[in-house]
Amino acid sequence: MSTKLTRRAFLGATGLASLSLAACGGQPSSSSGDSGEQTASGKGSVYWLNFKPEIDETLQSLAKSYTDQKGVPVKVVTAASGTYDQTLTSEMDKSEPPTLFVIGNQAAVKTWGDYAIDLSGTKIDEECNTDDFNLYDADGKLVSQGYCYECFGIIANPDLITKAGHDVNQITDFDTLKTVVEDIHSRAGDLGFDGFAPADMDDSNSWIYTGHLANLDYYYESRDAGGWKETPATITGQYLPNYKNLYDLIINNSTVAPNTLATGGHDPQTTFIDGKTAFMLQGSWSYPDVSAKVADAQMIPYYGGVEGEQNAGLNSGTENCWAVNNKVSEDDQNATMDFMVWLVTDPDASKQMVAQLGTMPFTNSQPGDNTFLNDAEELNSADKYTMTWDFNYQPNVDEYRKALVSALNQYDSDPSDANWSSFQTAFVEGWAKNYQAVNG
Amino acid sequence: MAKSLKANSIRSATRRWFWLFLGPVVAAFIIGFVWPFIQGIYLSFCNFRITADAEFVGIDNYGRALSDPAFQYSFWYTALTAIVSLVIINVLAFTVAYLLTKKIRGANLFRTVFFMPNLIGGIVLGYIWSMIFDGILSAYNTSILLDTTLGFWGLIIVMCWQQIGYMMIIYIAGLQAVPADMLEAAEIDGATSMQTLFKVTIPNVMPSITICVFLSLTNGFKLFDQNLALTGGQPYIIQPDGSTINTTQMLALTIYNTFYTSSTASRGTAQAMAVIFFVLVAGLGLAQLAYTRKREVQQ
Repeated sequence: MSTKLTRRAFLGATGLASLSLAACGGQPSSSSGDSGEQTASGKGSVYWLNFKPEIDETLQSLAKSYTDQKGVPVKVVTAASGTYDQTLTSEMDKSEPPTLFVIGNQAAVKTWGDYAIDLSGTKIDEECNTDDFNLYDADGKLVSQGYCYECFGIIANPDLITKAGHDVNQITDFDTLKTVVEDIHSRAGDLGFDGFAPADMDDSNSWIYTGHLANLDYYYESRDAGGWKETPATITGQYLPNYKNLYDLIINNSTVAPNTLATGGHDPQTTFIDGKTAFMLQGSWSYPDVSAKVADAQMIPYYGGVEGEQNAGLNSGTENCWAVNNKVSEDDQNATMDFMVWLVTDPDASKQMVAQLGTMPFTNSQPGDNTFLNDAEELNSADKYTMTWDFNYQPNVDEYRKALVSALNQYDSDPSDANWSSFQTAFVEGWAKNYQAVNG
Repeated sequence: MAKSLKANSIRSATRRWFWLFLGPVVAAFIIGFVWPFIQGIYLSFCNFRITADAEFVGIDNYGRALSDPAFQYSFWYTALTAIVSLVIINVLAFTVAYLLTKKIRGANLFRTVFFMPNLIGGIVLGYIWSMIFDGILSAYNTSILLDTTLGFWGLIIVMCWQQIGYMMIIYIAGLQAVPADMLEAAEIDGATSMQTLFKVTIPNVMPSITICVFLSLTNGFKLFDQNLALTGGQPYIIQPDGSTINTTQMLALTIYNTFYTSSTASRGTAQAMAVIFFVLVAGLGLAQLAYTRKREVQQ
C-alpha cells in the first residue's frame, strides 16, 4: 500500500480531510525519485551532509571552489557533534535531502542502506585503490565507500620513556608495556610524570573504551572467524581477558583515580601533550595537536597479551564512508559523483582533504604527512598485521555502548570480580541481545 | 442613535474581518500542533525511517511498546518520580510563598532569587548539578551514576530546585488574593494561625493549588532534559541475558532512546510509546484538574 494513499485514508477516517491540503504541501516529494534542486543547465546539484565538525571550514571552502570552477551548486551542512543520526533523519525527510551523506558502520548500513545507490563500478569506485574500508549490505551492494582512513593505538612520548630509563622501541607486547608503565607509575612522584592519561567515561570520551579498546576483542574474534563481513549474531568474548589486562593497566597507572572517570572533567590529551604522562589512547586525528608539542610522539599497537601480538600493527579503518542518496534525481547523483571524484583527484582539493582527514585510499589523491598514519604504514610494510575496525559491526551501537559504559563505571568504582562479570555479560550477551533487537 | 449605528458597524466589521485576526493564530496552531500531532498518531501505526516513507503496519507498534520491559519499568519509575516531586515541590513552594507574603525584610529579593533557577535550561541544570552531586559524592567514593537511589533523589532535588520558585510565584498570587476581611473575621473569631491557614487560606488558594499541582504533575511526567543530562538512565542493571534495566530512565528518555535504536521497527514503536505517553499525561492531568476544581471555593 502506498504511503500517500494510506495517509489520505487515515485522514479521511479521522474526519480531518481538510488538513490534507496542508499535509500534501508539507511533505517532501523525495519518494518519487525526482526531487532535488536543478540548476539552470540541468546539471543537478550537490548537498553533502557532513558528520565531522572539525572539517566543516575546509569543506565549505572546497564547495565554493568547486562551484566557482564548475558552476555546480554545492551545499555542505555539518551536523553538530554527536547528532549526526538525528540530523540525517530530519534532513532525509526534506524535499531536498542530502545527495551525499555518511554511512559509517554496519548499524548505519542497516538503517540507511536502502537510501544508498550501489557504488560498485561507479567513477568513485574506479578511483578507489582498496576495498578494505568499503561497507556492503547483506545483498552485496556497495553501500558506502571509505574516503579516508584513520588509525588508533597507544600514543607514546618517547622522550619521557627514555627519561624513565626505558626505550619505546622495546615495547613489543603486553608484558614489556606493563613493565614500562608500572615502573613509571611507581616512580611518578620522582619523575614528574605518570603512566597513562586515561579518557573519561562521559559521552564525549567513552567511545575510546567501548569502541576502540573493545576492538581488541572484536578484531581477534573476527580474525579467528576468517574476518567478519557482517555483524555476527553472537560473540564469545574470548579475548576479554586481554581487554581487561590493558584496561586495568590504563586505569591503575594513571594520573586520576579510576572512580572519578565516570563523570568526566579530565582532559587526557592536554595532560599528555603537557608532558604529564608518557602514554594515552588516541587516534591519528589527534596528530596536529599532539605533534605541535610532542614532536616525536609515536603510536604503538594495543597490546593486551594476545598470543603473537608482537606482530600486531595499529587499528586502521574508518567511519568516514560516502553514500550517495538513491532518492534524489539522476542529475543530482551524477553531479554528486563528479564532485566526489574531483575531491579525490584534483591536486589542490585532495591536498586539503588529506591535510584534514589523514590518508585517502584513492589512486590519484595527494599523499599525507601524518606521522601516526605513517607509523601504521610502516608497521604494515614490516609485515605486521593491521587490526581492522571490527567495532564497526557493533549492533544497535548506542544502546550497546551505553550498557558497557554503565558496567565499566561500576567496575571503576569497585573492581570486583562480580562487577567485571557484569561487564562481560554486557559485552557478550549484550551483543546478542542488541543483535536481536535490531534484526528481530 | 448615532452611537448605536457606530457600534453596529464595528460589530459587523469585526464579523467580516475576524478571520484576518484569528487566521494566523489558527494557522500556526494547525501547522505547529494539530498537523504534527495527527501525523504522529498516524506514524504510530507505521514502520518508517523517514516520515515520507512510512509503511502502514496496523497496531503492531502498540503491542511492541506495551510489552517492552524498558517502557514498563520507566512508566513506574516516572510515576514515582512525578508523585514524589509533586508533593515536595508544592509543599515547599506553598511554604515559601506563605512566608514571603508575610511582612519580612527583603521579601522581593527572595522571590526573585527563588524564581531564578527556573530561567536556566534543563540540560545546563542537569550538567551543573551532576558536577555538584559528584563533587560531594566523590568524598564517599560513589557517584550519582553508580547508585539508583542517589540518581532518584538527585532528579528530585534538581526538579525541586528548578520548579519551586515558579510554583511559589503562582501561590503568592493566590495568597495575595485571599480577602483580607475573611482573615480579619477569622482573627476576631479567635482562630489560631493553623486554623486560619487550613480553614480560610488554603480553601481560598485552591485555584492556585489546582494549577500548581497540574503543572508539577505534567512536568514530572514529561521530564527529559534533566534526566538526560543528570544520569542518562545510569546505573544500568545488566541482566543475565544481556538486556539492561536503565534504573533512572524516565518515560520521555525511553521514547527517545527507542526512536534511535537501529531496528526497522524502532521509530514506529517509539511513536506508539509517545502516543500512549500523551494519552497518559493528558488523562492524568485532566483527572487531577477535575478533582481539585471540585474543592475550589467561590469567593
